[in-house]
Amino acid sequence: MPEITFLEAVNSALKEEMHADERVFLIGEDIGAYGGAFKVTGGMLDEFGPERIIDTPIAEAAVIGAAAGAAMCGMRPVAELQFIDFISCGGFDQLVTVAAKSRFRNGVPCPLVVRGPAGGGGRGGPFHSACPEMWFVSTPGIKVVFPATAYDAKGLLKSAIRDPDPVLFLEHKFLYRRIKDEVPNEDYVVPLGQALERRAGDEMTIITYGAMVHTSLEAAEELSKNGHSVRVIDLRTLVPLDEDTIVKAAIETSKVMIVHEDTRRGGLAGEIAAVINENAFDYLDGPILRVTAPDTPVPYAPSLEDAFLPQVSDIVTKANELLQY
Amino acid sequence: MLLTPRHIKASGGKPPEADKDHDKKAKGGELYGHYAANRRVLDKSAKYFVQKRKTSNDAGLSKAQLLELYRLLFETRRLEEHLVALYRQTQVVGGVYRSLGQEATAVGCAYGMRDGDYLQPLIRDLGATLTHGVMPLAMLRQYMAKATGPSGGRDLNTHFSDPNVGILGPVSMLGAMVPVLAGCLLASRFKKEDKAGLVFIGDGGSSTGAFYEGLNFAAVQKLPLVVVIESNHYAYSTPTTTQVPDGNLVRRAYGFGVDVSHVDGNDVLACYEATKLARERGLAGEGPTVIVSETYRRKGHAEHDNQAYVEDNEIEAWAKDNDPLDRYIEFLVKGKYTSKKALEKIRTEVEAELDAARDQAVAEEQPDAQTHLQAVFDDGNTPWPHYETWWRGGPTHREGS
Ligand SMILES: Cc1ncc(C[n+]2csc(CCOP(=O)(O)OP(=O)(O)O)c2C)c(N)n1
Ligand SMILES: [Mg+2]
Repeated sequence: MPEITFLEAVNSALKEEMHADERVFLIGEDIGAYGGAFKVTGGMLDEFGPERIIDTPIAEAAVIGAAAGAAMCGMRPVAELQFIDFISCGGFDQLVTVAAKSRFRNGVPCPLVVRGPAGGGGRGGPFHSACPEMWFVSTPGIKVVFPATAYDAKGLLKSAIRDPDPVLFLEHKFLYRRIKDEVPNEDYVVPLGQALERRAGDEMTIITYGAMVHTSLEAAEELSKNGHSVRVIDLRTLVPLDEDTIVKAAIETSKVMIVHEDTRRGGLAGEIAAVINENAFDYLDGPILRVTAPDTPVPYAPSLEDAFLPQVSDIVTKANELLQY
Repeated sequence: MLLTPRHIKASGGKPPEADKDHDKKAKGGELYGHYAANRRVLDKSAKYFVQKRKTSNDAGLSKAQLLELYRLLFETRRLEEHLVALYRQTQVVGGVYRSLGQEATAVGCAYGMRDGDYLQPLIRDLGATLTHGVMPLAMLRQYMAKATGPSGGRDLNTHFSDPNVGILGPVSMLGAMVPVLAGCLLASRFKKEDKAGLVFIGDGGSSTGAFYEGLNFAAVQKLPLVVVIESNHYAYSTPTTTQVPDGNLVRRAYGFGVDVSHVDGNDVLACYEATKLARERGLAGEGPTVIVSETYRRKGHAEHDNQAYVEDNEIEAWAKDNDPLDRYIEFLVKGKYTSKKALEKIRTEVEAELDAARDQAVAEEQPDAQTHLQAVFDDGNTPWPHYETWWRGGPTHREGS
């Protein structure tokens, strides 16, 4: 199997789905001749032409709104946001109001995918580093995907495009060119709603997703040097949330820590802790702890951003606390 | 008639003046758009009509079509009156939003479209919904949150959709549906379907960012979108002069680089004609048209609104001088297109149909509470009735049907 980058995986998923299904088209800003701000759609204009690779005005309500309308009328649009932060513009309304509620209120499926670069570490400052997942996790009617590897990025994006409901597909921009793994040439999908155990362990579990999967794996490796056996679970999909895998880990390891790059208050960690409380409270040997970004906007200076983002050392320190119980 | 400065010139119970040299100017390229001038067909005395038009009418409608339009106008008005009565009997869940005095815009514009086209009505466009092919029964069910309503009791009034019959119900977020309709037309372009879209927006709603983004996108993509701005003087309590400088929606519309049609919104034939032409232009690849329809909201925002913010006599003047049904009847009768008796017959038929629909809808049930978790995602459940239960099809005599 060839090794390809996370970015190449996204690109090849888009291309393959466009070849396989003529209903699939792309819509977004600078995605045509320029190939997208991060070059995710590089080369696709030549391959598919301007009818299927639609460059738009700077108008996120139009990008997502038109994608939603086309989806309701039988197409399979994939809308790109140049940075996921711009979801706070008019496109937010299109996603949570039009797309998310369309099936429930009217019986009209709205199978669109909104994808874009998320996350920090790129020194992008307060407006180019967002992890916006919780706005959508708390909106019934949208699925939310946040992959960590090239293999998953490709397989999950294919699932997202084929899914009959709206999907927000978050690509951690820090991973685009830094992560490379083996991806088969044949068609495959990774089903939505299935977490994956990235590392086996029975002393405690770290539940995480996105770029923090890699940080958490590093931390688990370091903890293993002191003889600790730490399980790492990559959620991959935040909605639907794989509660079975979460609860099973809590029961089997009795200690759970949640790590995410998103800020703390109202972050997914709180939801996961609640799921464990409701389903595995009797099995716990210690508190459910979390390592997250603090409740501030994402700062710009490297010194500040590094302090903002959860680091390997933060995870190791917190894990050692939990291992005391 | 009291003309207050916060009202634009064309208002005040009078339809805007028709520009006699319009066609000449358009040919000479003096006008930015094809239909830049005020478009008016009807006249109280039917004079303008008779002078200017050689054939039966400029809109080229047959007698059957003219009567069909009347039926739809009357049906709209009476259905709303039924809804108000039901509201007072606490049968309606939520509010009733009247289109009294502006029915000609909703009905006339929708009549200018064809079966298969996409329609996005707003709450005040019940007339467009009926004209496009929805049964009055469906609207009664919707307003009373019945399980049998098109949305299965999951959403309100005109908020129901089925792209298979071209109905895209609105979300409440004003302006949001303009980009969505553009997306529907993108889909049609992919599928090589000959479909156009009609999207209604209020004078107030046309101030939103989504409206701008959607219309601009449709313009750039040259999509066959007809955008009707129902300029009815108020957005809730806010006058149009607070939405746009001088209340001039026409000038604003030109800014989109699209064709603009300024119509007398209480003239059902003008609305029909403007929409039909806009539709044809759109399908010829010339992009969207904005139709600014001058009309007047005679009722409050909804039934609860006592309209204390409206000048004395304003409503009465519009009711007396510029009621769209009165004007149309006068035209039909004076122009000898029909007799008073024939109109009376239509009214009797409609009344009977509406009475039966009301009785049926009132007797029906709200949705089973057990279904409330269903269909957030595709879970195999379908708690909405099929469109065959609420779709009667486009008007028999409408072009292309
Ligand atoms: C974006 C948005 N803001 C506020 C509202 C609340 N609202 C509902 S109707 C309305 C007035 C609309 O006026 P207009 O667009 O002129 O339409 P009309 O009611 O006159 O037909 C307002 C403010 C809304 N629905 N959407
Ligand atoms: Mg208004």
